[in-house]
Amino acid sequence: MPPRRFSVNEHKPKDSRKALRRILSYVKEFRLLILLALIMSLTANVLSLIGPSLAGKAINEAAAGAGKVNFGNVLHYVKLMLLFYVSSSMISLGISIIMTLVAKYTARKLRKECFEKLSRLPVSFFDKNQAGDIISRVSYDVDVVSASIQTDIVAIMTSSITVLGSLFMMIRISPALALIVLVTIPVSVSYTVYIKKKTRPLFIKRSKSYGYMNGFVEEMFSGQKTIQAYAYNDKVCQKFAKVNGQAADAYYNADSRGVAIGPSMGMINNLSLGLIATLGSFLFMGGRVSLGQISSFILYSRKFSGPINEIANIMNEIFSALSASERIFNLLDEPEEVEDLEGATVLNEVKGDVEFDDVSFGYDKKKTILHNLSFKADSGKLIAIVGPTGAGKTTMINLLMRFYDCDSGMIRVDGKNELEYTRPSLRAAYAMVLQDTWLFRGTVYENIAYGSENATLDDVVSVAKKAHIHPFIMRLPNGYDTVISEDGGNISKGQKQLLTIARAMLYDSKMLILDEATSNVDTSTEREIQDAMLELMSGKTCFVIAHRLSTIQNADNILVLDHGDVVEQGTHRQLMDKKGFYYKLYASQYE
Amino acid sequence: MKFIWSYMRKHIWAIVLVLFMKSLATVLELFLPYILEYMIDTVAPTKDVRMILLWGGIMLSVAIITRFISVGANRGSVRIARKCIYKVRQDLFTKSINLSGDQMDEVGLPSLISRMTSDSYNVQSFMQITQTIAIRAPFLLFGGIFITLTMDTGLALVLIILAPILLVAVVIISRKGIPLYDIVQTKLDNVVRIMRENITGIRVVKALSKEKYEKRRFSDANESMSRSEIKASVVMSLPGPVISLAMNIGLTLVVLFGAYRVNKGVTQPGVILAFLSYFQMILMGVLILNRFFLNMSKANASANRISSVMNRPDGLETVSEGAEAPSDDYIIFDNVSFTYNGGTDAAGDGSSVSAFAGGSREKTLNDISFRIPRGGSLGIIGATGSGKTTILNLLMRFYDPQEGHVFIDGRDVRTYELDKLRRHFGVVFQNDAIFADTIAENLSFGRDVSHDDMKNAAWNAMAGEFIEDYDDQYEHEAAIHGANFSGGQKQRLLISRALAAHPDILVLDDSSSALDYRTDSLLRKNIRQNHDDATMIIIAQRVSSIMSLDQIIMLDEGRIIGIGTHEELLASTPQYRDIYETQMGEV
Repeated sequence: MPPRRFSVNEHKPKDSRKALRRILSYVKEFRLLILLALIMSLTANVLSLIGPSLAGKAINEAAAGAGKVNFGNVLHYVKLMLLFYVSSSMISLGISIIMTLVAKYTARKLRKECFEKLSRLPVSFFDKNQAGDIISRVSYDVDVVSASIQTDIVAIMTSSITVLGSLFMMIRISPALALIVLVTIPVSVSYTVYIKKKTRPLFIKRSKSYGYMNGFVEEMFSGQKTIQAYAYNDKVCQKFAKVNGQAADAYYNADSRGVAIGPSMGMINNLSLGLIATLGSFLFMGGRVSLGQISSFILYSRKFSGPINEIANIMNEIFSALSASERIFNLLDEPEEVEDLEGATVLNEVKGDVEFDDVSFGYDKKKTILHNLSFKADSGKLIAIVGPTGAGKTTMINLLMRFYDCDSGMIRVDGKNELEYTRPSLRAAYAMVLQDTWLFRGTVYENIAYGSENATLDDVVSVAKKAHIHPFIMRLPNGYDTVISEDGGNISKGQKQLLTIARAMLYDSKMLILDEATSNVDTSTEREIQDAMLELMSGKTCFVIAHRLSTIQNADNILVLDHGDVVEQGTHRQLMDKKGFYYKLYASQYE
Repeated sequence: MKFIWSYMRKHIWAIVLVLFMKSLATVLELFLPYILEYMIDTVAPTKDVRMILLWGGIMLSVAIITRFISVGANRGSVRIARKCIYKVRQDLFTKSINLSGDQMDEVGLPSLISRMTSDSYNVQSFMQITQTIAIRAPFLLFGGIFITLTMDTGLALVLIILAPILLVAVVIISRKGIPLYDIVQTKLDNVVRIMRENITGIRVVKALSKEKYEKRRFSDANESMSRSEIKASVVMSLPGPVISLAMNIGLTLVVLFGAYRVNKGVTQPGVILAFLSYFQMILMGVLILNRFFLNMSKANASANRISSVMNRPDGLETVSEGAEAPSDDYIIFDNVSFTYNGGTDAAGDGSSVSAFAGGSREKTLNDISFRIPRGGSLGIIGATGSGKTTILNLLMRFYDPQEGHVFIDGRDVRTYELDKLRRHFGVVFQNDAIFADTIAENLSFGRDVSHDDMKNAAWNAMAGEFIEDYDDQYEHEAAIHGANFSGGQKQRLLISRALAAHPDILVLDDSSSALDYRTDSLLRKNIRQNHDDATMIIIAQRVSSIMSLDQIIMLDEGRIIGIGTHEELLASTPQYRDIYETQMGEV
């Protein structure tokens, strides 16, 4: 999988207003909660804005000098200060809890919708899109959106209120002093914007070179044995020195700029502090302000500069959240599997007659893979499909199962066009064992009984015995209750195939698809399960794809495919006598 | 920490300089509120314009100077971290690429990769932060406390009492919150896993119409994750309000006591003002310290993971005197027995290989003996897990056998230097690797291979045609893991690589499984004709791939159950005859 962790979202949303409206429709059901949070944040802000002015008043009382302080007044202000601060903290805690709930519930809903969407998408979607990419939308992108909901809505409100409020208070204290802040703050804001713009590409480059290094290391370590076998070690280390150097340089270039931001902001704030002190002293000299006013002014100016620098950050976050939500909505807007035809019937009491009638198909409309394919498979017959890779064998199965629909021609099942049945009932008529076995994290029992809800443990054990996988299962720590890890990592490929064969045995159907079903089972085991395979196949219409030609010699009809055409068909005997393509394939086994 | 320090030590003077500059900047910054207080309390009442301008000018200059010193120090720290981490990664990479098979199994590939990447980033950021941010903490904390103490001892006590209480509260909350995030992570892994299972298994899910079941499975995981996430978030949203509350209560107390002390005539109103600034500074110190310790424990864990790889002994050592070869055959296995993990569960955690080996730890190879004369050929066949690849691992000395000896060209393999030993081989492993580089580089692979040799090898391996179909032919770029080639093309490239340097010994481990029978047989014909002087070992599932070789070994559960030519085995070994008949379909 490509390294996700370091991926940087470089794209701005295409239509941010549309994405915003749509994401707002998700939080709409929480609008009362959000309104409450906004009111609370307004209150908390006002309270904390009044704080410094109270402190200033208290200090003014103290400024009366030794022995002249009116403690009644001081205490009064101090009590008010405490009350204000405590309630403002409680309120902000309440806000963050409310917004957490809103954000997490929205995330949960988004994830759920995405997953349910996936189950309605056609198979072609999964063939075209990488699993890693789909997953990153549901995990990473949803997280970005939810984090933004959790913090940004309130933050943008709070920041604006704080900025406006502080400005108002500062102007009230002293318009002259406020002028200083009005000069320095825009300077610091434009500095941040400027430096962020300059360093952003550097940080993107850093992420890229980290990602590249990740890929390089992963590739080299997984090929480590080969590298050692060819004594390639030193060369590889030299190559890594280059990759490593690039990563280190990219880090230096980005971070050496990045680390200038903090001190520079500090300088701007300190400069304005110096200016306030100087000007404040003059104003004090002229009797225009009191000491207490200067001190509360300083407190306000701090309150003011914090959020104004933050607003740039928040805007950035909101933009990346919008582009993340756009990616999610793109997934949710993917065209779904076409609905079953109106009046589609349920396929039951299957006989198992299948007919390809002049079928053509291509994954890409410009490139046809199967050309005018016609053949008949009567109920209970064994049809083998052979041919070199890329001949179109697996494509036929995709059409049988209606993972894809034919471009022209039709497939008839029990005399009726496949399209006239409902998909679930058509698919239920087939059991299938594919080369790429699929197991999920669950017990052995659950994996075998997948698709056969009513199977008892005894049923499962009996098919496992037939598939010669029972002894292996019994050797697992918890037998049939052993949890198989993802991708079945702790069992071999051959054993995985045996498990899926057992699954197919348990699944009662009239038709069977075996796509290289025993390719990873070793030959002696394959021989041992031969009887069971025959039993599995008996009475069913079977479509078998196999490399090993020996396994299909008793097929009723062998279709030899080459480049999407049936070049030969017939029984093994007939094809051997013909001495054509099949004969050559067969003979090359003995060379 | 010792590990990180061993790399930073080399830059000790640069680090000292950075620390000095950063301290200077911090001290200067600390003086700003002091000057502010002095201006308001002492200078302003004198109404001396020149003095006010002088001190205001000093404040402005200090602010500017501080910025430049601080930026310089920060850049220095990045430069030092860059140099150190480059070295760490280079050392770790060199070590990893030379690990023996045993050691590789023990660490595990994914873990090794994450040590190389995310662990190295953790160490890197720690190296940088220690020099810049961390050094400020004691200054802010102790400097702030010291100055406030000299300004007004009584008022300072308010701060000194508050800081530790705050620190403890924050630490306790974080301690509770971080494990909650671990739970969220595990549950997120579940959600992602079910998702992935449904994507990879979409055909099965649809074929069996299990969409509803899967929706429920996902929804359960999703809801459970959501619940833990809310819990963790709520707990972790506590520190913010707690800190601001504590800070504001402190402020209030300072104002109250300040007023009291002004009244008593022991302090000035300006002092209260300065206190408010110092107060925030001290708080900042506490917060930085808290973050620094969290950071340190993370970096320490990472550093330990890195150094545990680096401290491993160097793979397999060359011995000066090996065993005596029993005959002058080119390759000899002499009563070799072998078990992975040295027969004991060294890893202990039952990871990787050993997990489901079947309970009893049987020997992977048991008393294996065979000889191949120079230029001879050997085929190895047997069920999965019968020990075929292990023979190859011992021959090329990725592992040493516990019993018996392996000889090549009359010498115990343990007496060869590893790369000299391996220069004898051209090898294709099961699931072998194609690297993201040109085809030419993938074939020559760092060896002196002429263009003609490379071309011949490609054509012999039946790869010439598709390679030369590319416009840029041998300069065509392979994607990571050769993802732009089909399975069959990859196998043919790998065989070309093995042939390219005209190896003395050619080893092919199940390397034609993706080829159709025709290509496979043509390929074998080419090798027979053009590499007849090479000693050959072929491991295969198909009898047809090995039946024409001089000698065939049939393995079963680590033992040789039949050895001889194809005809001899047909006669002597029923299991072999079985396989042959099944595969060839002859009755």
